[in-house]
Amino acid sequence: MVYLQHLISGISLGSVYAIIALGYTMVYGIAKMLNFAHGDVIMVGAYISFCCTTYLGLPPLLAVVLAMAFCTVLGIIIEGLAYRPLRQAGSLAVLITAIGVSYFLQNAAQLIWGATPKSFTSVVSIDGLTLFGGALRVSGEALVTILACIVIMVLLMWFTGKTKMGKAMRACSEDKGAAQLMGINVNRTISMTFAIGSALAAVAGVLLCSFSPTLQPTTGSMPGIKAFTAAVFGGIGSIPGAFLGGLLLGIIESLARAYVSGLANAIVFAVLIVVLLVKPAGLLGKQVTEKV
Amino acid sequence: MKKVICLLLACLMAFGCLTACGSDTTTEPSTDSTGSTDTGATDTDAATDTGSEEDAGTTGGGTASGTFKIGVIGPTTGGAAIYGSAVANAAQLAAEEINALGGIQFEVQPEDDANVVETSVNAYNTLKDWGMQILLGTVTTAPCIAVAAETNADRIFTLTPSASSTDVLSGRDNVFQVCFTDPNQGLKSAQYIAENSLGENIGIIYKNDDAYSTGIYESFVAEAEAQGLNIAYTGVFQEGTQTDFSVQLTEAQAANVDLLFLPIYYTPASVILRQANDMGFAPTFFGVDGMDGILTVEGFDTSLAEGVMLLTPFSAYSEDEASQAFTAAYEERFGELPNQFAADAYDGMYILKAAIEAAGVTADMSPEEICEALIPVMPTISVSGLTSGGGEMTWQATGEVDKEPLAAVIENGVYVMMG
Repeated sequence: MVYLQHLISGISLGSVYAIIALGYTMVYGIAKMLNFAHGDVIMVGAYISFCCTTYLGLPPLLAVVLAMAFCTVLGIIIEGLAYRPLRQAGSLAVLITAIGVSYFLQNAAQLIWGATPKSFTSVVSIDGLTLFGGALRVSGEALVTILACIVIMVLLMWFTGKTKMGKAMRACSEDKGAAQLMGINVNRTISMTFAIGSALAAVAGVLLCSFSPTLQPTTGSMPGIKAFTAAVFGGIGSIPGAFLGGLLLGIIESLARAYVSGLANAIVFAVLIVVLLVKPAGLLGKQVTEKV
Repeated sequence: MKKVICLLLACLMAFGCLTACGSDTTTEPSTDSTGSTDTGATDTDAATDTGSEEDAGTTGGGTASGTFKIGVIGPTTGGAAIYGSAVANAAQLAAEEINALGGIQFEVQPEDDANVVETSVNAYNTLKDWGMQILLGTVTTAPCIAVAAETNADRIFTLTPSASSTDVLSGRDNVFQVCFTDPNQGLKSAQYIAENSLGENIGIIYKNDDAYSTGIYESFVAEAEAQGLNIAYTGVFQEGTQTDFSVQLTEAQAANVDLLFLPIYYTPASVILRQANDMGFAPTFFGVDGMDGILTVEGFDTSLAEGVMLLTPFSAYSEDEASQAFTAAYEERFGELPNQFAADAYDGMYILKAAIEAAGVTADMSPEEICEALIPVMPTISVSGLTSGGGEMTWQATGEVDKEPLAAVIENGVYVMMG
């Protein structure tokens, strides 16, 4: 029964990773860049929600919406100021810029909110489930996180598959030049991707901090790295891959923490290495041969 | 054009990083400057260096003239900021009181180390350049181990208010503690739990990459065995995994733990209390001095801390007259209640005063001379203070303090002392 309980905490932790990984994978799939500042947008989202509920006394749901709105704008600004000017530059330059943005956000948060950790009040007020006469508990946070994760994944798949904007995104992902020739506004499409990714980051931030309530300027960095791992694990660029990768990573981490406690983080990354050795494109990634 | 914009942005970003980092060091003097101007003895120092040698010779032991330069190192930013700020504030307060008495004069200079070893050594070097004669610090254990090695080599007398590991003391004759050592805390906790039979199945969650937490854990387990306590579950975590304890708490709950011993700092402890409450797990929580501060975490629901027990040498709600006077003065000056770290630092300044008086050292002596004079005196003095549990503090030559701890329980959001 304890084993099942670990599995459940793994799934809810994994769902948070999955939501973050969806943001990573969207941006990578379409803009072909690794947005290492994604983890810090999560942190900003959590702080905004914290301020709304604690200082302004707003209801949790409104706080989440405000955090999403703020992060959407932040995402568009980051993309416009830091990444767009480097569109034609090498991928290394963009990567380093992303790391710069990440530190910028962390330090800005430290200036504004201070370095002392804050205790995040959960935004989830529904009660959890108790199964098998109290032997097994699923917290309200876990239920909401899992549900949110599935809904977001389905919506994203519908969005990229069926809508006009989604089709434009896929076109940009395949060939930016050709997409532009077909009359697609590449810059706007990529801005849109960042907007969606950052809104997801806000949701992830709020859920992450509802689950593990310490909020400080570095809150986003470790989950950010793990979610990136999850995205690569599942096959970066693939939406179901990010979902699967996040979930598996959460479960592995949770079980590793329970049974080989000192090495939890090391095991998570060891799994990534093994998967990439066996299946270089990730679990659900497509093997694309480079045209010469 | 694009390149120009890129460059501009890159510069902006670099500048942003700099200002953010810089703020740690720039904000600090500004908050403290109000304190140090009050002492007002800064410029007299140069004069006394040359002139007071004769006076010192004639006046002898009791009333040493001149101003002693006391360095304070502790985290005033970062996760342990509450400790360093309390120590810096209280040291300042004590110095002002002592200065007002006439006789020995102190000038206190605090430096931030953000609880990082390298930063702490840098802060120490900064203070040495400033002319520090005695170090009151450092506040947290890991940085203190590194800095104590430096002070030992440089022969600067060191009194740490709160770094409680024995590693701080071992092999260093110039380092003394105001607080209990870690083994002592573990020992006293186990004894207290056994004497009052607080738990049948004891669980422990400790941070195994941290000297403070591991030190208390080891002595607790040794004493628990000697006392015949049953340890049903032991869980660990590290710096990178201190935001989620659902797994450890599930295991502890499955092991029917009825008392959870938490030899950890308050930030992870606040997460444990929250998550345990979420999963309906309600053992007795028993903390050590690192738990102090839990009630001040912003956004933390203090009702979760109801019934948490901790061993602490000081309480702001104590009925003791000296404690009440200190609490009132501290609250008026800094707008918050002092924690035990503040009390440790406050006592620390009075201990320095007592030692300086007993040794008859003067402010014009070099740090080395002061150090060599104070070391033999420490085991001979006894000081009663806020943290001495009603009795007196005495020291062993190793630097360990002998005093009695007090057990407190959190009720209605405040500490209540237990008999």
